[in-house]
Amino acid sequence: MTFLRTAWLVAGKDLRIEWRSRIGLNQVLPFAAIVMVLFAFALDRFPAPPGTDDTLLESVAPGLVWLATLFSLLLLVQRTFAIESEDGALDALRASGVDAAALFWGKTAALAAQLAVLEALLLVTAILLYGTEVRPSGVVLLVTTWLAATVGLAAVGTLYGGLAAGARGRETLLPLLMLPVVAPVLIGATRAVEAALGIGGTAIADGWPWVGVVTVFAVAFGAGGTLAFGPLIDE
Amino acid sequence: MGRVVELEDAVVVLGAFPALAGVDLTVDVGEIVLLRGPNGAGKTTLLRVCAGLVPLARGRGTILGADLTLDRGAVRRRVGLLGHRNGLYLDLSVAENVGFWGATVGATDDEIAAAMDRLGLSGRLAVLPVRRLSAGQQRRTALACLVARRAQLWLLDEPHAGLDAAGRDELDATLRQAAASGATVIVASHELERAGSLATRTVDVVAGQVTAVAP
Repeated sequence: MTFLRTAWLVAGKDLRIEWRSRIGLNQVLPFAAIVMVLFAFALDRFPAPPGTDDTLLESVAPGLVWLATLFSLLLLVQRTFAIESEDGALDALRASGVDAAALFWGKTAALAAQLAVLEALLLVTAILLYGTEVRPSGVVLLVTTWLAATVGLAAVGTLYGGLAAGARGRETLLPLLMLPVVAPVLIGATRAVEAALGIGGTAIADGWPWVGVVTVFAVAFGAGGTLAFGPLIDE
Repeated sequence: MGRVVELEDAVVVLGAFPALAGVDLTVDVGEIVLLRGPNGAGKTTLLRVCAGLVPLARGRGTILGADLTLDRGAVRRRVGLLGHRNGLYLDLSVAENVGFWGATVGATDDEIAAAMDRLGLSGRLAVLPVRRLSAGQQRRTALACLVARRAQLWLLDEPHAGLDAAGRDELDATLRQAAASGATVIVASHELERAGSLATRTVDVVAGQVTAVAP
């Protein structure tokens, strides 16, 4: 069994289970939407920051989209490892000698697919709810940021989800471990999306260094997960 | 007769606690071996050593020819461990579970179908989500996954737990059939009468040591 076939098999299995259970559709998406609406309730009465034409909500929309993504990511990660622990499947995977790196990338791919859909819907929500505008010249930057951040977040989520899977109090441990670590993605992706949308008069060129930060993060955690996932889920 | 398990002076230390204290054990192809002993005697640890999950602190051992110290990955790929839980995905169907576990070793569709047939899981049962099956049917599905994974050594920890009388009979028949077709089975159980009638050999484990082997 090759690495890619195993990863594909694991990703397919995870996505099939999610499609069957509809947890992501019925619980995580509504949760993310509620978070976005609550942000709007909290911030819509504030005027535009001095020196800009944007409202406060428009100005902070990229950060709010990524914050809602991070909160939803916690639920998705909990879910992706809950299906493994419900009947001891993660133990069975360890015991069967399945390539841990392939397992890591399979679960990362499935998580990334779900996150990508979620992020796209959150961006649409921001456009509808906060009045955010996407300028055509920023689309390439926006899509690149979306891809890099999705892979990075999925890799971190899988790595820390595996770490917390066997721990007592994993539901509370996971956010405690993961949220500080994903701060670079929150900052980098927010700045890059601000540049893509031209918020505060930023130029598109200002966003590319931030995409670099997010990409380095994704590569680092992808490599780290490839090497560390096996020992982490092992005894 | 081929040797499946060969342990020599196997010592396992969990934390500061010596879980196995110098175990010598050999098991040959086609045997059904019952491990019996009180709680905490080391039966589960012994199974996990044979599965390549717990490293030896001292001693040596081979499982299906693979060295327990040097190549635990190879041991894991050849062995099937069924603990107190079944290791199934409850939202997937029986066929999808068996298919998934078979695919992890590159099993063909025919092999997967044969594994399900062998455990009586074809037909209507095959498409049902595992969550909707009885405990006995779920246990049979887990065993079908071991067959599809081409596990040559089955390590079962309290396999009768949670099963009704019919489920236990089904399980015993399955294990006898597996042994007859070349698999080797080691069972840790407190159900001495039932497991004893199934076993070809009984091994007593007390305080991390093998104290008696019969016959």
